[in-house]
Amino acid sequence: MSNKIVLGYDDSEAAKSALAFAVSLAKAQRAELVIAHVLEWSPYSFLTPEEIEQRHKRREEELKRAEDALLAPVRKSLEDDGVTVSTELKYGHIAETLIDVIKKSGASHLIIGRTGHSALSSRLFGSVAGSLAQAAPVPVTIVP
Amino acid sequence: MRKSIKAAALSAPLLLAATAPAMAQSVDERVNELFASSTGWFVNLIFSPFPGTSFPWIVAWLVVAATVFTLYFGLIQFRAFPHSISLVKGDYSDPNDAGEVSHFQALATALSGTVGLGNIAGVAVAVGIGGPGATFWMILAGLMGMASKFTECTLGVKYRNEFEDGHVSGGPMYYMTKGFAERGLPMGKFLAVLFSVFCILGAFGGGNMFQANQAHAQISGVVGDYPGWITGVVFAAVVFAVIVGGLKSIARVTEKVVPFMGVMYVAAALVILAMNADKIGWAFGQIFEGAFTGAGVAGGMVGALIQGFKRAAFSNEAGVGSAAIAHSAVKTKEPITEGFVSLLEPFIDTVVICTMTALVIIITGQLIQDPNTGLYLLDEGASTIQTVDGNKGVALTSAAFSSAFSWFQYVLALAVILFAFSTMISWSYYGLKAWTFLFGEGQTTELVFKVIFCIFVVIGAAANLGPVIDFSDAAIFAMAVVNIIALYFLMPIVKKELNSYMARLKSGEIKKYS
Repeated sequence: MSNKIVLGYDDSEAAKSALAFAVSLAKAQRAELVIAHVLEWSPYSFLTPEEIEQRHKRREEELKRAEDALLAPVRKSLEDDGVTVSTELKYGHIAETLIDVIKKSGASHLIIGRTGHSALSSRLFGSVAGSLAQAAPVPVTIVP
Repeated sequence: MRKSIKAAALSAPLLLAATAPAMAQSVDERVNELFASSTGWFVNLIFSPFPGTSFPWIVAWLVVAATVFTLYFGLIQFRAFPHSISLVKGDYSDPNDAGEVSHFQALATALSGTVGLGNIAGVAVAVGIGGPGATFWMILAGLMGMASKFTECTLGVKYRNEFEDGHVSGGPMYYMTKGFAERGLPMGKFLAVLFSVFCILGAFGGGNMFQANQAHAQISGVVGDYPGWITGVVFAAVVFAVIVGGLKSIARVTEKVVPFMGVMYVAAALVILAMNADKIGWAFGQIFEGAFTGAGVAGGMVGALIQGFKRAAFSNEAGVGSAAIAHSAVKTKEPITEGFVSLLEPFIDTVVICTMTALVIIITGQLIQDPNTGLYLLDEGASTIQTVDGNKGVALTSAAFSSAFSWFQYVLALAVILFAFSTMISWSYYGLKAWTFLFGEGQTTELVFKVIFCIFVVIGAAANLGPVIDFSDAAIFAMAVVNIIALYFLMPIVKKELNSYMARLKSGEIKKYS
């Protein structure tokens, strides 16, 4: 079994709790932490001609913003803390993309935060945490 | 005294209300007269027949071009059809490129520019004049048009301009200038300027006035007659809010609802066909018979053919060059993949959706036949076929669908408004690209175009269908004249791209990801 942990990370409060939990676990197990951030994107949504024209530029901007504001600071602080860490920044369906990251990195554990959706919207659309708990190929820890 | 003041106060608005419609009608009439007289010469030039015949040269021009591309690329529309579907499904998309515009999105956006009134009103005009046989020629034109679209969209992507800030401008004017220069051919710049001028006219005509006009016809058909300029002003305000005000929310809602409406339209047509399943064989019989004999139709077989080809070209815009503008904004490593994807557009637009409209009109018995001879009866001017209640254009389609579901006219009215709107948004973009090619990129020049565009919305809604449809056709076909000349000169470049891509696909260098 590899000693890698994938953390699904965004700018929510729950994700910060999940990060703290993941760091303590990674330290205890001397595991490597893979911090993944997924920008939600469907290739089947509809765009206006202007949006199509702007898309390439927007994508670069979105990637840069996520890297600079979200991933780089975390990576730096964890490296300073002595944790082995890498980051993944991807576009796609959140749950499916996290599963891809797990498979590709060969990780053995997934940690995610529980986002505070209302009971109704989770029932209607399903929650990311719920789908991952059902579909992930590795044990999943959901941090409140 | 007090009483009389009150009476006067009451009567003043009444008086205004009474004179307003009369004034409004005269505004409509004046707009119409002025419009018809100022565009007549252009229409006559484009639609002039070959000497001694009634066959417009422009129709021959389109047919010949579509045939040439079909043969030159070895029936590409049939050979590449399965591969086009896999591309749209994303089988060949690199997961690392996620977040870029997908082939599906490019296709959906280009389709929402073409699927519109051509499919609803245009088809009704075609079968109303050319009879059921026009459908056959329309389908044939749709199938062959796939090759034209493949050619122009590949070139559109290959020769687009990428600006430093990351935005992209492409289309026929760019492959005319860059492609011609690359092949050492003269006149590229001249063609590009000519194309841009026609494209701007097309954007004002078919992409705008025809849409506004038919949207008004549809709304007044449902709520009762009222002056066209009112619809025009409302439409113009919304279009203005989107293209000038950058009100993306409206555009986004439309982009989401339009595909849904398209699917619903086809579904409703299928249900009506299923309800009349016993007549489908008869309807196809009418289509084939009419295609080759033109039985009792205005203009005979040639009339059916002309109508079929005209309306197909107007609906799917193959060879016109507009799709090349739409597709060129897509970031892709292989220009030819946009060509493959775009060849699905005439198929979906014409072979599927237009045929549905035609079948529903024919099957629900909107066209009046002589009970004894089975020939279609012509109206007084002998220019169109008599219809139940004398409906024409979008009203004919509406009547056909309503004969099965009476409430469908409301759905159709909504669909027409949304289709008209999304087509206007798309064409405002095409027109703008031609405009910036001529006058340079810049906020002020762009604003000037957008304001003129909105003014034409009002004119289109106020004018009569006749002059509007003539001018719309003429402008769009004028684009095709220039565009197809360029396509003939540049098609060897597309062939080279095609051969290289096909070889790499065969060798496995280009492979599926999923």
